[in-house]
Amino acid sequence: MTAETSEKVAQPLPGTARLGKELERSRGPWGDAVRRLIRHRAALLGLTVIIAFVLIAVFAPYLTSYTYAEQNYTAINTAPKWVIDLFPKMKPVGEDMGYVRVNNDYLLGTDALGRDLWTRIIFGARISLAVAFIGPLTSLLVGTVYGMTSGYIGGRTDNILMRLVDVMYAFPTLLLIILMMVFFRSSFTQSEVGSLAYRLNKIDAAFGGMLFIFIGIGITSWMDTARLARGQVLSLREKEFIEAARSIGVRDMAIIFRHVLPNILGPVIVRESLAIPRYISFEAFLSFIGLGVNPPTPSWGSMISEGSQAIKSYPNQAIFPALALFLIMFAFNFLGDGLRDALDPRASEANK
Amino acid sequence: MAQYFTRSLLGLVFVLFLVSVITFFLMHQVPGGPFAREKKLPQAVLDNLNAKYSLDDPVWKQYVDYISDLLIPTVTTGEKKFSVTEDHLINIKLPFGDKTTFRWMNFGPSYTDRTRSVNGIIGTHLPVSFKLGVAAMLVAMVIGIPLGTVAALRKNSAADYFSMSVAILGVSIPAIVLGPLLQYVVGVELKWLPTSGWGSFEQLIMPAVSLGFAQSALLARLTRASLLQVLNEDYIRTARAKGLRSRQVVIIHAMKNAMIPVVTVLGPLFAALLTGTFVTERVFGIAGMGQYFIISINQRDYAMIMGTTLLFAFFIVVANFIVDLTYVWLDPRIRFD
Repeated sequence: MTAETSEKVAQPLPGTARLGKELERSRGPWGDAVRRLIRHRAALLGLTVIIAFVLIAVFAPYLTSYTYAEQNYTAINTAPKWVIDLFPKMKPVGEDMGYVRVNNDYLLGTDALGRDLWTRIIFGARISLAVAFIGPLTSLLVGTVYGMTSGYIGGRTDNILMRLVDVMYAFPTLLLIILMMVFFRSSFTQSEVGSLAYRLNKIDAAFGGMLFIFIGIGITSWMDTARLARGQVLSLREKEFIEAARSIGVRDMAIIFRHVLPNILGPVIVRESLAIPRYISFEAFLSFIGLGVNPPTPSWGSMISEGSQAIKSYPNQAIFPALALFLIMFAFNFLGDGLRDALDPRASEANK
Repeated sequence: MAQYFTRSLLGLVFVLFLVSVITFFLMHQVPGGPFAREKKLPQAVLDNLNAKYSLDDPVWKQYVDYISDLLIPTVTTGEKKFSVTEDHLINIKLPFGDKTTFRWMNFGPSYTDRTRSVNGIIGTHLPVSFKLGVAAMLVAMVIGIPLGTVAALRKNSAADYFSMSVAILGVSIPAIVLGPLLQYVVGVELKWLPTSGWGSFEQLIMPAVSLGFAQSALLARLTRASLLQVLNEDYIRTARAKGLRSRQVVIIHAMKNAMIPVVTVLGPLFAALLTGTFVTERVFGIAGMGQYFIISINQRDYAMIMGTTLLFAFFIVVANFIVDLTYVWLDPRIRFD
């Protein structure tokens, strides 16, 4: 819509030059949104943290001299001096009752298998970020298509499709996703060479087990988006401009994509961005219970799980990945709030 | 109302039925079985075991057998010896003498723990998870609702900003993060509370807080938004105009309506907390249902998977049902017909 407007403005009719100038200065809905977002300080902070995480994730191999799977058997459960000082209850070898071996080669220390914690945390950022970007995309794609179809067609189809959503809602999501994960993991590894399942499994293995996490998130999270999209379409369907488009013979598909979609995208994007922290913690949860990424691929969830077993002696092993997870969720929450204020100002009035 | 009641009760049964079907067929699709070992059992032994548990039947027949075992009640008389294959969840003594007992809900034997029935395991461990879930829910409500109320009543004041900061903090800190953090700071460093275990009230506090805090943030935001909206309504102005005290207006007039959206999320919230106990139980070393559910899936303990899934689904569906009924109480304008 924005593009259209500015194109027309670019070649104003003679005599409407002044009007054209004024139009040019207004930036259209998306331009306004960007400006509102920039003025939102918390959102900018969130965005900065996220960009920092993205940079760290992208350049992870250059930020460390170890690999995430590399085990050093002579440096199991070690911690550098500053970490020991940070946690009062950690006592270095040499002190009374001291048990932690000091090794300053590793920035945050090593885990129970002698792997560098820092390396595993920065590579773990890749998993969380991948989920943060692909999770909403799957949910957006499935949910919007489903919801728009349901809302646009209406009638009996709408009724049936929405009943299905209701049933999905009542389903215990977590139980379903756990079952799905086990199903994918074990049945696809035993599938015949060359079949679709086999190929999916190969892709999954290549991404360290992430594909199935995406599928799991996709299956369990589209319902919210679908409901929202449907509601929006229902209210739009009766608007004059849709009627006008239909009356001049625009096809259904064109109406959906050119007229309906741009108008519902705002609230849908807001909803999705607010759901990102949920997807991140979802992945962390799956990895925590051992159904997430395949070891030795590092995920913060599995690191916290391993670390929390030894929290009394080596708190650094659980606390550092936990802080990373907290930081990234915090950043996405801030950004999500800012996006809501920017893209959906009416909603932000009520639910600040 | 009665019509609505029966209809949603039917819906409830339908959802449980779907859950049971999907779970049953999905778990039988997963390769491997309860008796698949690293070192393969001799074929004869395997055949016998499969025959004993009817695992050689077609899946649909197994399903029918399972469901009829579960749903068809029996009445027994006399002393009953414990048997893993016949252990019922519901045992009601009937007043006919000779220890006549109405027995219902036989979840069958656990395939991996050969000495216990699924009921036995559920009976020992589910109350733990349930208690933890309820405690976490109380934490969420006790922190969340007052926080949201204060924020709404003192909009744009320091109290408002403080509560909303707590709320953002809360949604960013899942149990998986808060658990280990609390455990270290409160348990290991400050030594205020025991770091793990189950049984005493002190041992309940940290798990419940780490599980409930994130949800309290959601409740706080929702309460604030909803109360703000209600406070703008005309009838609140009327109440104020006729000189009611401000506390009376808020508590009697505003809160009841503001709670409607809050109540709607309590159902899903309880579901999230109940399944969320998986993480908390692991962090705090609590022997609840969560571990069993995951172990049972990994070991293809079919009866156990079905038992836990159905029970969790039952709680979730019932929680939603109760929420529906609470609506009517909160807002008599809502009629279901």
